[in-house]
Amino acid sequence: MHKDSNKATFLFSSGMVVVIAVMLSVAAIALAPYQAKNIRIEKMRNILTSVAIDAKFIEAEKLFTQYITKQVVLNNKGEEVSGSVTAFDIDLKKEIDKAKTGNQDKQLFPLFICDKEGKSFYIIPVRGKGLWGPIWGYIALEEDMNTISGASFGHKGETPGLGAEIETEKFQNEFTGKKIFDE
Amino acid sequence: MSTETIAAPVKIKAPREGLFSAKNKRLLYDPLNDNNPITVQVLGICSALAVTVKMKPSIVMAIAVVVVCAFSNVIISIIRNIIPNRIRIIVQLTVVATMVILVDQFLKAFVFDVSKQLSVFVGLIITNCIIMGRLEAFAMANKPWPSLLDGIGNGVGYGVILVIVSMVRELFGSGELMGTRIIPESIYKMGYFNNSLVIMPPMALIVVGIIIWVQRSRNKKLIEAN
Repeated sequence: MHKDSNKATFLFSSGMVVVIAVMLSVAAIALAPYQAKNIRIEKMRNILTSVAIDAKFIEAEKLFTQYITKQVVLNNKGEEVSGSVTAFDIDLKKEIDKAKTGNQDKQLFPLFICDKEGKSFYIIPVRGKGLWGPIWGYIALEEDMNTISGASFGHKGETPGLGAEIETEKFQNEFTGKKIFDE
Repeated sequence: MSTETIAAPVKIKAPREGLFSAKNKRLLYDPLNDNNPITVQVLGICSALAVTVKMKPSIVMAIAVVVVCAFSNVIISIIRNIIPNRIRIIVQLTVVATMVILVDQFLKAFVFDVSKQLSVFVGLIITNCIIMGRLEAFAMANKPWPSLLDGIGNGVGYGVILVIVSMVRELFGSGELMGTRIIPESIYKMGYFNNSLVIMPPMALIVVGIIIWVQRSRNKKLIEAN
């Protein structure tokens, strides 16, 4: 059979597709648990950054359980909801999308309460659109629930040197001490 | 991309030659200067513009391209005699894409920090014309060992330009190198500003142009007859 014949071409391409599909799915399934764990740890690190705790990758989980003493789920009226889902597992994107379909009363919002050096901080997750993809962040409020004690931001793929600067300390520190309400 | 030139296939007949014979060494060193993928073959310009704002991502990108270029060159070279001619480009693309996805998955699972640094750039490797160019021009016609050397050589040749361009851009665009401040605060107080144009992609094109200019004026081999 000549390698340029129709039969060989079809055989080669279907064989290649099968081999590659198997390779990729094995890799994806085998590595999925590790990747999910990394994403969770990254989220914990982001939350801790907003209250000025610089957590290394290995110790993030320990520090998170140590400082974040309470996780609360709120509905759109600000009332506490006790349900099956924990605040950490809420996908903020889905909750924001609910407003588009008129399901505001079904929205759930996470709130993290942090105890650090005898003071409580309230950490509110935020989410929005960047230039190339989603950007998200965590705003930590002091006990008066008006003064910002810190903020941390993350992004999917903003331009380095421009939009990606939201991840730098220099930008995030600009929020410290600002008031949410004027008076 | 259709305007980019692809070097003619080089056929190497090697009756028992050493692993690092003069010919094989040239495969490794030529892309660094006489046959640089960016400044001479004018391949991979698009990604060179995108990633060179800061030095760190440029270096990681350079390493990733060396790895992908070398391995896909070897794989294509091994199966070059059974690839049907009519679908060879698709086969090359599939091999490169598979390699890139695997690399990306492994980075996400085991070195999450690095994968966050790279974010979109890993996917960009697939569209890098250097890799496709070398597969089509070299690996399809040569044995695995020379192909490996050619892949490494071209990856490094690409990386060198990337690092030079990003050094210029980070220094004048952010006043930093590798994230550390180089231009002292006192100069800013005297009225010096970071040049925002340097951060924008057009400046990468200008820097690459200057590199080509310097290289051509020093290397007489590259100057066309007329």
